[in-house]
Amino acid sequence: MFRKINERIIETAIRVSGFAVIAFVILIFLFLLKDSLSLFRVYPLKAFLTSTQWLPISEPPTFGIIPLLMGSILVMVGAIVICVPIGVATALFIAEVAPGYLKMILKSLVEILASIPSVVLGFIGIVWLGPFLKTTLHLNTGMCGLTGAILLAFMALPTIISISEDAIIGIPRSYKEAAYGLGATRWQTMWRIVLPAASSGIIAAVMLGIGRVIGETMVVMMVTGNAPIIPHSILQPLRTLTATIAGEMGETVGGSDHYYALFAVGLVLFVITFMLNFVADISLRKSRK
Amino acid sequence: MAALKTRISIENLNMFYGDFHALKDVCLQVPQNNVTALIGPSGCGKSTLLRCVNRMNDLIDGVRTEGRIIIDDQNIFSPETDVVLLRKKVGMVFQRPNVFDQSILNNLRFGLRIHRQMRSKSETMELIQKSLEDVGLWDILKDKLHHNARQLSLEQQQRLCIARVLILLPEVILLDEPCSSLDPIATMRIEELLRVLRERYTLVIVTHNMQQAARASDYTGFMYMGQLIEFGLTQGIFTAPCKELTENYITGHFG
Repeated sequence: MFRKINERIIETAIRVSGFAVIAFVILIFLFLLKDSLSLFRVYPLKAFLTSTQWLPISEPPTFGIIPLLMGSILVMVGAIVICVPIGVATALFIAEVAPGYLKMILKSLVEILASIPSVVLGFIGIVWLGPFLKTTLHLNTGMCGLTGAILLAFMALPTIISISEDAIIGIPRSYKEAAYGLGATRWQTMWRIVLPAASSGIIAAVMLGIGRVIGETMVVMMVTGNAPIIPHSILQPLRTLTATIAGEMGETVGGSDHYYALFAVGLVLFVITFMLNFVADISLRKSRK
Repeated sequence: MAALKTRISIENLNMFYGDFHALKDVCLQVPQNNVTALIGPSGCGKSTLLRCVNRMNDLIDGVRTEGRIIIDDQNIFSPETDVVLLRKKVGMVFQRPNVFDQSILNNLRFGLRIHRQMRSKSETMELIQKSLEDVGLWDILKDKLHHNARQLSLEQQQRLCIARVLILLPEVILLDEPCSSLDPIATMRIEELLRVLRERYTLVIVTHNMQQAARASDYTGFMYMGQLIEFGLTQGIFTAPCKELTENYITGHFG
C-alpha cells in the first residue's frame, strides 16, 4: 500500500518537473510576446524591423533593430570564421592524432576554457586584446567588433570541440580501415572519409556554438564599443542585441515604450536562438542515425 | 600441372601484440593466380597473418614484427617500402562490407583520388564501368551510381568493396572472411566471383568456413595457435592431411 503511494508520488514529481520545463519555455515566450506587442501598439512593427536607427531617448524615439541586428550578425560571423576551423581542427587532433596523454591534457584544457567566466574574458579584451588590435591594425579604437568576435570565438570553442570530437569518435572504425586498406594516408582518410561522415555532428556542434555566441552579453558589452549604428566593417565599434538589452534596461522606466522595445529586441533574440537550436537538433538526430 | 610461381613469400614471420606471440615462425609461399585459403579456429592468427601482408597491422599500437614478407623481390617490412603503394598493389576486402557512407561513384573514385589517378572524366568512367563489370554489378548499378552505397544489399556492398579494390589494378587481393555477414546464396555467388578473379589476381582468403575453403580455394593453409601447421593443395589437405591436428580440425573434432 505504502509502496504504491510512494511510486505515485515519485511518478507525479517527475512528470511535474518535465511539464514545468515546457511550461517555462512557453511562458517566457508568451511574456516576451505580450510586452513586445505593447510596443507595436504605439510603434509600427514595420518601422521596428526596417528603420536603420536606434535612438530610444530622442524625441520622438526611433526603435530600428537593424543596427543591433547587424552588430550581432557581424560579431557572430566573425566569431564563426575564427572558431570553426580552429575548433574542428582541434577536435580532429584530439580524436585522431594526439597520443593518449596529450589527449587527456587537451580535453581538460578545453574544459577549463569552458569554465572561464565571460566577464574575465571581457576584462582581458579591455586591458590587452583591444589595445593590441588597436596598435597592430592601426585602428581608431580597439573596442570594436573584431575584439568581440575573437573573444566570443574562444567562448564557442569548447562547445564546438567537444561535440565535434564526439561525432568524429563515433565514426565506425571500418570506414577508416577501408580507407587505409586502399592506401590512403592519415590526412586523406581524415579529409575525405572522417570529416564527411562526421559532418552532421560537426554542423550541430557549430550551431550550438553559434547559439552561445549570439546569446552572450557580458563580453560584447565590455569590448565592442557599444555604438548602436550600422557597422560597415568588423573593425568598427558596434552594438549587439544582447548588449542593448543589458545596457539600457537599467535606464528605462517600467512600462515606457523604450522598455517594451527592449522586450521586442529580446523576442528577436529568442527567435534566432530557437531556430539555431532547432537546426542543431535536426543535424544531431541525423548524425546519430 | 604447370610450374607454380610464388607471388608472396612469407619467411620466418613472427609477430607480437605486446607480450602475446601471435604468429610463430610462419613460412608460406603463396602461389600466383590461385586462391589460397587460410583456415583454423578463432584466434589462431589467420587474420593477423593476412593483415601483415599489406601492413594493416601498422595501425595497431604495440605490434612488433620479425621476419620477412617478400613481394616482387622486396621485403615489405624494409624502411624503403612505401606503404601507400604496397596497399595499392595488395588490396584488402574486409569481414563486414565497409562501403563509405557516400555515393557509389564516390566509393569507387576514392582510390583513384588518393592515388592521384583521376584522369579525364570518360577515362575514369571507363575504369569504374570495368571494375563494376568485373564484380557483376554494372548492369544493376549503372543508373544508380549517385545513390548512397549503404542502400545496397550486403552482398552488393561487398561486391562494391571488391570493385573498389579492383579499380586500383592490384596484383594481390586479401579477403578477410568476406562472406561472414552474407547469406548462403550470396556467399556462393561471391565464391564464383573469386574463381573468375583468380585468372588475373592472386587471392588469399581467410575463412572460418571449411566448406568454403574446400569449394573456393586451390591451396589451403591450416593454422593453429599462431603456427602454420600444414599447407598444400586444398584437395590434399581435405582428403589426406599429413598432420593429425589438421585432420582433427577438418573432421570437426574442435574448432
